[in-house]
Amino acid sequence: MIRDLLGSLRGYPVKQPESGISRRKTIWQRLHIDPWLVAMLLLLMSAGLMVLYSASGESSHMVIAQAVRFGVALVVMLVLAQFSPSSLMRWALPAYLVGMLMLVAVEVLGDIGMGAQRWLEIPGLVRFQPSEMMKLAVPMMVAAWISRHELPPSWKVLVGCALLIGLPVVLIARQPDLGTSLLVTAAAVFVILLAGLSWRFIGFIVALAGAALPLLWINMHNYQRQRVLTFLDPESDPLGAGWNIIQSTTAIGSGGIWGKGWLHGTQSQLEFLPERHTDFIVAVLGEEFGLIGMLAFLALYLLIVARGLWLAGSAQDTFGRLLGGGIMLTFFIYVFVNIGMVSGILPVVGVPLPLVSYGGTSSVTLMAGFGILMAVHAHRRLLPR
Amino acid sequence: MRERRETLKNPEHALRIFRVRASLAVLVVLLLSGLLVGRLCYLQIVQHEVYSTRSENNRVRVEPLPPTRGLIYDRNGKLVAENRPTYNLTLVRERVDDLDETLTMLVNLLELPAEEVDEFKVRSRQRQRPFQPALLMSDLTEWQIARLAVNRHRLPGVEVQAQLLRYYPHADIMAHALGYVGRINAEELQDLDPGNYAGTHFIGKTGVEYFYENQLHGRAGLRKVETNARGRVLRELGHTDPEPGKDLTLTIDSDMQQLAYDLLDGRRGAIVAIAPQTGEIIAMASVPGFDSNQFVTGIDVASYRALQEDIDLPLFNRATRGSYPAGSTIKPFMAMSGLIEGVITPEEVVYDPGYYQLPNDDRRYRNWLRWGHGRVDLERALAVSNNTYFYSLAHDLGIDNIHEHLGSFGFGTRVAADVAGQGDGLLPSREWKRARFEQSWYPGETLSVGIGQGYLQVTPLQLASATAVLANRGHHVRPRLALDIGDEAVPADLPNTPPDIEVGNESYWDRVFSGMEKVLSGREGTARRTGAGLKYRMAGKSGTAQVFSLGQNQKYNASELRERLRDHALFMAFAPVDNPQIAVSVIVENAGGGSTHAASLARAMTDAWILEHNCDLPQGESCLGGKDAEDSQ
Repeated sequence: MIRDLLGSLRGYPVKQPESGISRRKTIWQRLHIDPWLVAMLLLLMSAGLMVLYSASGESSHMVIAQAVRFGVALVVMLVLAQFSPSSLMRWALPAYLVGMLMLVAVEVLGDIGMGAQRWLEIPGLVRFQPSEMMKLAVPMMVAAWISRHELPPSWKVLVGCALLIGLPVVLIARQPDLGTSLLVTAAAVFVILLAGLSWRFIGFIVALAGAALPLLWINMHNYQRQRVLTFLDPESDPLGAGWNIIQSTTAIGSGGIWGKGWLHGTQSQLEFLPERHTDFIVAVLGEEFGLIGMLAFLALYLLIVARGLWLAGSAQDTFGRLLGGGIMLTFFIYVFVNIGMVSGILPVVGVPLPLVSYGGTSSVTLMAGFGILMAVHAHRRLLPR
Repeated sequence: MRERRETLKNPEHALRIFRVRASLAVLVVLLLSGLLVGRLCYLQIVQHEVYSTRSENNRVRVEPLPPTRGLIYDRNGKLVAENRPTYNLTLVRERVDDLDETLTMLVNLLELPAEEVDEFKVRSRQRQRPFQPALLMSDLTEWQIARLAVNRHRLPGVEVQAQLLRYYPHADIMAHALGYVGRINAEELQDLDPGNYAGTHFIGKTGVEYFYENQLHGRAGLRKVETNARGRVLRELGHTDPEPGKDLTLTIDSDMQQLAYDLLDGRRGAIVAIAPQTGEIIAMASVPGFDSNQFVTGIDVASYRALQEDIDLPLFNRATRGSYPAGSTIKPFMAMSGLIEGVITPEEVVYDPGYYQLPNDDRRYRNWLRWGHGRVDLERALAVSNNTYFYSLAHDLGIDNIHEHLGSFGFGTRVAADVAGQGDGLLPSREWKRARFEQSWYPGETLSVGIGQGYLQVTPLQLASATAVLANRGHHVRPRLALDIGDEAVPADLPNTPPDIEVGNESYWDRVFSGMEKVLSGREGTARRTGAGLKYRMAGKSGTAQVFSLGQNQKYNASELRERLRDHALFMAFAPVDNPQIAVSVIVENAGGGSTHAASLARAMTDAWILEHNCDLPQGESCLGGKDAEDSQ
């Protein structure tokens, strides 16, 4: 297959297989990827690199590092796309268990070390954030669990889901990493919702969550509480936590409709923006490209989500459909929460802007998600009818 | 596997559920996106102006550029207040590789004493933005600067920065007249224009420095800079140069000032000399003085307490604030008052038996000479300082006239135009006494005032000013310290100059002057010894002021007590009589009764001014004016 791929890339005639079905396969089908989605992702990544160049203070070093990560992420996507949904389903439980084990390891090592620890490190080799892996492992596990049962899921199945989600989320929240635990929960919950959770039950859960809010408040870290309070009144702490929100809304607001132009955002170039190349990069986008730029990016994200949902919908098995749909909705939640917090309508939680914010792990996870989505879609014909 | 087969049993149902849910999800996604779009529109369209302004303010900072303070010269162009560059050692943490190593190197290089090293190191660790220079040491010596310059390449991040600091080369002799600058305190800050003083650390506290603060300070410039969030300046956006303060040329002649200071050295007292025709204050000394340079950077508590508790009150400006009984120096003014009011004529004679008695009163008001001067006319009364004559005159005038006429010479008011911290002295009146003591005025008190005692109090500045008015034959000029402000000369006719004193018969001035000349040159003159060998015509009047009580509740030892109970010696004079060049008042505290003490100082001042300093003739030729020169031949 690799030989064929290389051949086709070089423009040499590829030896056609004899099967009639195979003859109709395009190169995309051979690669098991969706060209539209890949095109949009590449467009997003390129635009993201452009914004990053400005946000990093024109650091080509950072842009190249990010581009390399994108390359790695694309490879991961490509590799994952090659798996069949059934093999993915088989891998769900082991992946979940390994992830849990690593989370426990972080917990233990974190206690030994000092304060918040989110990373497992093999010194000199790799630094790995297990919670990131759970963003995929948990929805996979939940999707696998649900799809083993009759839809819509029964109470028994839902209790199982709650356990499957609850355990890792509590561990992640303890790290503490509010953003990731939120995203992991969201991913899994989307899977359940798509599986046809009864509306009555959804109402019940919402009510329960409302009742649990005070409990959540009590268990929050002080800095997390501060973030919520600051969100409610950013001016109350203009030099501390409120600074971020004030500066980012100022950046976005001053961008106006047309923006100040690439590399000309004063808020961002003059370092008024905190975390301007990571979580707050959207403020750079808003300042330099204005409302037009923001709408363009939002539109691109929505198109990706739409395409993703369509791909998920066209999957032939429940597991793939639920997982694919969950991944896409989670992707949107990234976008919504990030833009929401930077523009000041949501409290600040550490959620990056997908494929734009600087950072390797999240890009790889996101692209891995797209890889799974494509696997789910592209392998449908391989399923026995 | 059983369960999985079950799900596969009804794939259509599962697909239907998914599609419904997915559609709902798309709806929610669109709703949430709408929320974001709404928020972005609000920020970027509705609130765009607000945030644009805020963003602009965020990045633009206005930095003040303090103006350099104007210099002060004396009338001969000699610098009396300058701006001395001092060199400070600063350290920019950001550029220092190894702080400890750098500090050790600096300590060795500057050869800092052990007790300073710790303080030095503490200062280096003060919290400061890493790119801003932190002050390590101020006022480096030239030797230290040289050592630093040579080793510059080994000390990245270490800089020597210049700062201009006020310096008074003649601090002690000029301290009271010139005043000094000091660091702006919180109280002063409230009254200052914050824009203009944003970068200024020093302000005139007393004297000329205080009075001409506005002119000396200048206008601050500004620099608009773009900064990042941490305040680091990234580039300059605009620049307005500061307008330096105006230079000030004083009327004071520092040689005369030095002379006045030297004449009083070792004593307590004051000398004020004024050029009568212009009001220029040639000298204004209050002794003892102090080192005003100490106050510029902030005097330490111990030194300040020492100055404050000094029994000789060095911080007290005797020349402008000291209130002394005028003693007999008031007599020429009393004489003029009597002549103007017509209660005496120059020829009228009073018989002095050694005392004066009010009608219907047994009490005797004594002349200083127990047996009396016998027949006394105006000129003799002045020459011998006869009290009886002036008791009689005071009685005839009455306190109301005395108050009016002495007031017209400037007693009881702040006479000078630009002298900070003038005292009022005290020119008593019926109204004043009623307000002060709730008592009516007694005739006996008028007699005391008539000889310059009682309630009457004058400041040396007032006495010199009144002497100038007398020398000018009633023409007022306001005493002043500023000769030129910047390039502009201060006019002699200043606003608020009192009206000239009108005298019906101009010869009255001559008669009073003649009496005053006899003080120095007459056979009976009280200061005839001082007047010996005069090369010009000089008119003067001695005075002795009784010290009634001790100020403060200070503990004196016996010998000191005796010394401080002695009378103050006063003298007022002007010369030459026909063309007055200088009017001077002298007071020497506790010099004893002998008026000669003060008179000789006045003579030294007039000699110096007329014979040396105020002379336009080339060297070697006589400085004496035509008439005087003829007289002396």
